[in-house]
Amino acid sequence: MSARIVYIALNTFREAVRDRVLYNLILFALLMSGASILVGQISIGIERLVVINLGLTAVSLFGMVIAIFIGIGLVSKEIEKRTLYTVLSRPVRRWEFIVGKFFGLAGTLAVNTFFMALGVFGALLYVSRHFEKQDGWVLVALYFIILQFLILTALTLFFSSFSSPLLSAVFAFSLFVIGSFAEDLRGFAGMTHGIMGWLATGAAYLVPNCSALNVINSVAHAQPVSGQLILYNSAYALMYTTMAVCGAVLVFEHRNLK
Amino acid sequence: MPAIEILDLEKTYSVGFWRKRPKCALKPLRLTVEEGEIFGFLGPNGAGKTTTLKMLMGLVFPSGGSARILGMDVNDPGMKAQIGFLPEQPYFYDYLTACELLEYYGQLSGVAAKERTRKISEMLQRVGLRDAGAVPLRKFSKGMLQRVGIAQAILHDPRVVFFDEPMSGLDPMGRREVRDLMQQLKNEGKTVFFSTHILADAEALCDRVAIIHHGELRGVGVVADLTSSVHGQVELVWQGTLVPASLRALGAECHVTGDTVRAVLSEANQDTAIEALRRERLRLISVTPVRTSLEDYFLQKLQPAEASAGARA
Repeated sequence: MSARIVYIALNTFREAVRDRVLYNLILFALLMSGASILVGQISIGIERLVVINLGLTAVSLFGMVIAIFIGIGLVSKEIEKRTLYTVLSRPVRRWEFIVGKFFGLAGTLAVNTFFMALGVFGALLYVSRHFEKQDGWVLVALYFIILQFLILTALTLFFSSFSSPLLSAVFAFSLFVIGSFAEDLRGFAGMTHGIMGWLATGAAYLVPNCSALNVINSVAHAQPVSGQLILYNSAYALMYTTMAVCGAVLVFEHRNLK
Repeated sequence: MPAIEILDLEKTYSVGFWRKRPKCALKPLRLTVEEGEIFGFLGPNGAGKTTTLKMLMGLVFPSGGSARILGMDVNDPGMKAQIGFLPEQPYFYDYLTACELLEYYGQLSGVAAKERTRKISEMLQRVGLRDAGAVPLRKFSKGMLQRVGIAQAILHDPRVVFFDEPMSGLDPMGRREVRDLMQQLKNEGKTVFFSTHILADAEALCDRVAIIHHGELRGVGVVADLTSSVHGQVELVWQGTLVPASLRALGAECHVTGDTVRAVLSEANQDTAIEALRRERLRLISVTPVRTSLEDYFLQKLQPAEASAGARA
């Protein structure tokens, strides 16, 4: 990887940290401590299920909000504030800038998720006093959540490369929400015919299949995740992310920075 | 090899939301800047100076023509390692300190890690920000940001430096310092290309200037030539408030300011006028030939378009 991509990624990470993005961890910690104490008092026998469900959903939501709110400004803010001019007038290629920005935000989300994961495991330990073997699947769920973040980051970056922050947020969020129902959309596409069928199939495969990446419920019920699904999801997320980042690069390579 | 070669570079934007219509920002521009010179790119606001600079920096794509810097294409990373750029009214990552910002730009420009620390402190000293290195940029004044902007543009020791309105936002002292710095860069053998609409700065600094208006090149010339042509008129300055009647008869334009009088008259009448002042026992302070200023040249070059616009109206 080009050293310039690393420098841009590190600067993006530093910006997030200095803009106090990681302060969300305090809110998350408060939420997890409150939930653990409350769950311990009101639920009998399902404390682990509630904590895992609540914890992983919170990790997913917090990360999603960060991915969208930082992602939408990754390119547009740099153009608006003209900070990009002094970067691109150096030996930095446009694709390096986009890829660096992507890794910067992905890194921020990974670090954030790591600390939130510690919070989830802390809460789990608090309610059941010990870890169980099936708690390892929580790690797989967290891995899938990170894959979702990668897709979302790439999508926001793609939209940010040509539209305003507000529209980027609307587009990325909408696509992500529709993607959560991707399996249903595919089912619908299978039932329709003609042009409608083509359109539905196209839309079903265009939106990110986030439903396949959501295993929170099954993990909360201590159900294992198959190796095949891990492999399939990893390949899918990698491909989708790569395509979205390539789309962002393609748009940005031809954009006039007025 | 010229430092900058602009070959019929032009830019037309599409404006309007529904019905797009073309708007010409720069008509085909042909210009050459030699290595080691300070070149002023002059024009009023909205003339096309920044558009030209953005095309040279590869930030905006031209609609036609091409440009080469140090013999290389404007998008060549090898070329970009050898140029520095200060945009107009620069804004930097305000969560960084001046040192961190220069460190980041040094990394992107490929300055070796060993050299970076030394160069950063050297640059901060050079632009008068030695004690502000650890201060976050969000606490910087406009003038201080301009100085950091200049530091980042020359940090990696570029051969060609582009400044877009470098004096903007600076107080008179700051302007003087920037002028000195540009002169130093020239003395170091670097090429300086800067855009401005402050003619006094251009006159004091530039070897050559180009004048652009409404996206069209109106003239290029050597500053020394443009400002040395004598109009056949002289300026006489004397102490007092009295203007001898004989001087008015010679057709002199006289202006009284405080206790001095300034008169402009034909060079042929110079001796007669001096004699008249002696007769009145007035103390002559100076006699200087009237020269064309860069401002005169600038206004003259802007005129044709204005005249034709007036005629159309």
